[in-house]
Amino acid sequence: MQVQRQPTQQADTIDLMVNMGPQHPSTHGVFRVVLWIDGERIVRAEPHIGYLHRGSEKLCEGELYSQVITLFDRLDYVSNLNCELAFCLAVEKLMALEIPDRASYIRVILCELNRIASHMLFYGVYGLDTGAMTPILYGFRERERIQALFETVTGARMMHNYIRVGGLRHDLPEDFVPKMAELMDHLKRGVEECDDLLSNNEMFIARTKGIGPISGEDAIEFGVTGPALRAAGVLEDVRISEPYSIYDRFEFGIPVGTYGDCWDRYYVRIEEMRQSMSIIEQAMEQMEPGPTVSALRRITRPPKGETYMRTESPRGDFGVFLVSDGSDKPYRVKVRAPSFANLQALQHLFRNAYVADAVVILGSIDIILGEVDR
Amino acid sequence: MSFEQGVYYALGAVGLFVFLSVMVLALTWIERKGLARIQMRMGPMRVGFHGTLQPIADAMKLVVKEDILPSWADRRIYWLAPLAVFIPALMLWATIPLARDAVLANLELGLFYIVAFSVLSVMGLVMAGWGSANKYAILGGLRAAGQLVSYEIPFIMALLGVAMLVQSLNLIEIVDHQARWAHILIQPLGLFIFLTAGLAELGRTPFDIHHAESEVVGGPFVEYSGAHWAVFFLAEYINTFTIAALTVLLFLGGWQWPGMPFDGFLNSALSVVWFLVKIYVVIALIIWIRGTYPRLRIDQLMAFGWKLLVPLSFVNIVITGVVLFYGWPLWTLTLMSLILLAGTFYLIATYRGTAMERMTVSVHPARIARPEPAVALQQEAGTSTDG
Repeated sequence: MQVQRQPTQQADTIDLMVNMGPQHPSTHGVFRVVLWIDGERIVRAEPHIGYLHRGSEKLCEGELYSQVITLFDRLDYVSNLNCELAFCLAVEKLMALEIPDRASYIRVILCELNRIASHMLFYGVYGLDTGAMTPILYGFRERERIQALFETVTGARMMHNYIRVGGLRHDLPEDFVPKMAELMDHLKRGVEECDDLLSNNEMFIARTKGIGPISGEDAIEFGVTGPALRAAGVLEDVRISEPYSIYDRFEFGIPVGTYGDCWDRYYVRIEEMRQSMSIIEQAMEQMEPGPTVSALRRITRPPKGETYMRTESPRGDFGVFLVSDGSDKPYRVKVRAPSFANLQALQHLFRNAYVADAVVILGSIDIILGEVDR
Repeated sequence: MSFEQGVYYALGAVGLFVFLSVMVLALTWIERKGLARIQMRMGPMRVGFHGTLQPIADAMKLVVKEDILPSWADRRIYWLAPLAVFIPALMLWATIPLARDAVLANLELGLFYIVAFSVLSVMGLVMAGWGSANKYAILGGLRAAGQLVSYEIPFIMALLGVAMLVQSLNLIEIVDHQARWAHILIQPLGLFIFLTAGLAELGRTPFDIHHAESEVVGGPFVEYSGAHWAVFFLAEYINTFTIAALTVLLFLGGWQWPGMPFDGFLNSALSVVWFLVKIYVVIALIIWIRGTYPRLRIDQLMAFGWKLLVPLSFVNIVITGVVLFYGWPLWTLTLMSLILLAGTFYLIATYRGTAMERMTVSVHPARIARPEPAVALQQEAGTSTDG
C-alpha cells in the first residue's frame, strides 16, 4: 500500500501501531487489522485473516453430498440458505437435474428473505459502527421475525439444512401463506422505519458520505462483488447477468450507487431489501401447489466432471466449484467467497482514512468471517 | 475558619456526596429505561420493581469486583486518575444551589468557580489514558484532551452571555433574574451553544469520541475495572447531572415557579422538587439524543467546534453586548438570537446538500440489464456440456 506522507510527519515522530482485533468490538468477528496511525490518520493497514479457519472445503471431501449442505450452512452464517442454494444448484447442474417449480419458488422466497435478514444485521451493526446504538435493535427486530418464520419452515433459526439436492427437505407448513403475509406487512414498515431512523441523519451522512470511495474499475480489478460493487456504479448482479434458479421470471430493480463510498454501500443494501420484498411478493403470487422434490435415488452420485455455479449471496458473487469423480462424495469443493474477495479492497479503501473511518469502512464491506476464512 | 464552620462544610460535603450518589443511581436507571423505551426494549426488569434496584446491584457488583492493575501501568498516575476526574465533578456542586436556601456556599463568583473546576476533569482523562499504558487508552485520552479544550471556549462564552445579562456571576442572582422571563426566551442561541458544548464536555453522544466503544474500546477507561471504574462512572454521571442542572439554572429559570403559593420551608422543598423535575427534563433530552444520533469523527467534531460554535458564541456575546449597551428592549435580543439560530440550523442542514442531492443510489429495472434470452440459453448449453 502506498504510504501517504502527511506534512506533519516531517517531524521526528514514529507511527503508532495499533492492533485492531481479533478481540476488538467492531471487527465483525475475529478479523484483525494492524493499523499504523499518525495521530488519527491511518498510514498503513495490514489485515490478517484465518482466525476462523475450519477447513470447510477439505471437510467437504469427506462427506456425502447430502452432508456437505450442513457445512455450507456454516460458511456465511447469516445467510445460510443462500449458501445451501449455491451448493445444491452446483450439484444439480452437474447432474442436469430438473427441479419442481414449487421447490424453486420456495427456494427463491426463502433466499430473498434471508437476504433481507442478512442486510438487517448489516444495518444494525453498521449503526453501532458509526456510534448509533438504536439501529441494531430495529434491525434485529425484523431479523428476528424472519428467523421465526424460518423456524416454522425449516425447524431451525440459522442452520437450516433445508434445501436439498433436487428440491427441498419438505414442503412449507400449512399456515405459511398467512404467516408470510403478516411478516411482509411488518417488514415493509420495518424497512421504512430503519431507513427513516438512520439514512438521512446528518451525522450519519457526515460519517459515511465520501468515506472509503472506490471507483467501478478499481472495484472490478479487486474482484469486489455484490452491493459493494453496485455501490461503485457497476450494474452487475448474478441474478440478472447469469440468471440461476428461476430469477428470470421476476421483475425487480437493481440499486446502483454513484461514488462507491460508505453511504452508497449502505443505501444499496437498504434498497435491495425493498427489491427482495418485491421478488418475494411476485414469487408468492406465482407459486402453485405441486411436488417439492424431484425423483431421486437415496444417495446422490453426480456423474464424473466439474462445474462452477455462481449465485448472488447478500455479500456478492458466491461461487461453488465442484469436481466429482462419480462417487457419493465430492472430489473437490472450492468456494469463491464474496466476503473474502471484497476484503482484498480493504487497504485501498483505507487510503487517507481516520481511525474512526476504519471501523465504518470495514462495516460497509459487511464481511462474515465464517465465509472469509472458511 | 471556626470549628462550627468546619463541621458545617464537612457535613455539607457528605450530604452533597450522598445526594449526588442517589441522583446518579436514579440517573442510570432513568437512562437505561429511557434508552430501552427508544429501542423497544424493557430495560432492567428483574431487580426490584421494574428494575429500580438495578443501580444498587450494579454498584455492589462494581465494588466487589477485582480491581485489576495492568503490570505495565504507571501505578501512581493510574490510581490517581479516577480521583482527578471525580473530585472536580464533586467540587462543582459546592456552589450549585438546589433552591434559594439550599446551597453549601453561595459564592459571588459562582460561575467563575464552575468554569475553573469544570476544566480540571480533562487532566484526569489524560492521566487515565497515559497511566494505563494502553494504546487505545492513550488515543482516547488525547482525543478527550483535544475535544474538551476546544469545547471549553464556547461553553465559557455561553456562560458569559448569561453573566452579561444578569450583571452577576452569582448563581442565585442569575436565577432571580429569570423570575419574569427565563433566559431561554432571551438567549435561545446561548442555550443551544451551552447545551451542545456541554454535551461535548461530558463526552456524550454525539460527542462521545473519547470513549467510543466501536473505535477505541472505551478509551481512557479501557483498563479500569471494579471500584476505580465505578468512580469514573460516578464522575461522568455527576457531570451529566451538573450540565443539566446548569442548563436549568442559567436558561430555564432554575427553581422559579410562577405564582408559587407557599413560603418558608415548604417553598424551599417544592423548589428543590421543581428544580429536579426541570433537570430530569433536560436529562431526558440528553438521553433522547443518545438514543438517536451516531457519533461524530474527531476532525468533524473539531471543525464543528471551531468553525461554528466558537464564532457563534462570540456573536452571541456581541449581540448581547450591543443590546445591553444601547438599552434596547430584550425582545430584540430574542429576535436576533432566533434568527442566528435558524441560520445555524439552515447551515447545518444544507452543508452537505439537500436530501435530494444526497441520494446517489438509483434503482435500475432488471429487464434492462438482463442479457438477451438467446445469449443466456447459449451460456447454459455451453456450461452443461462439461457436466
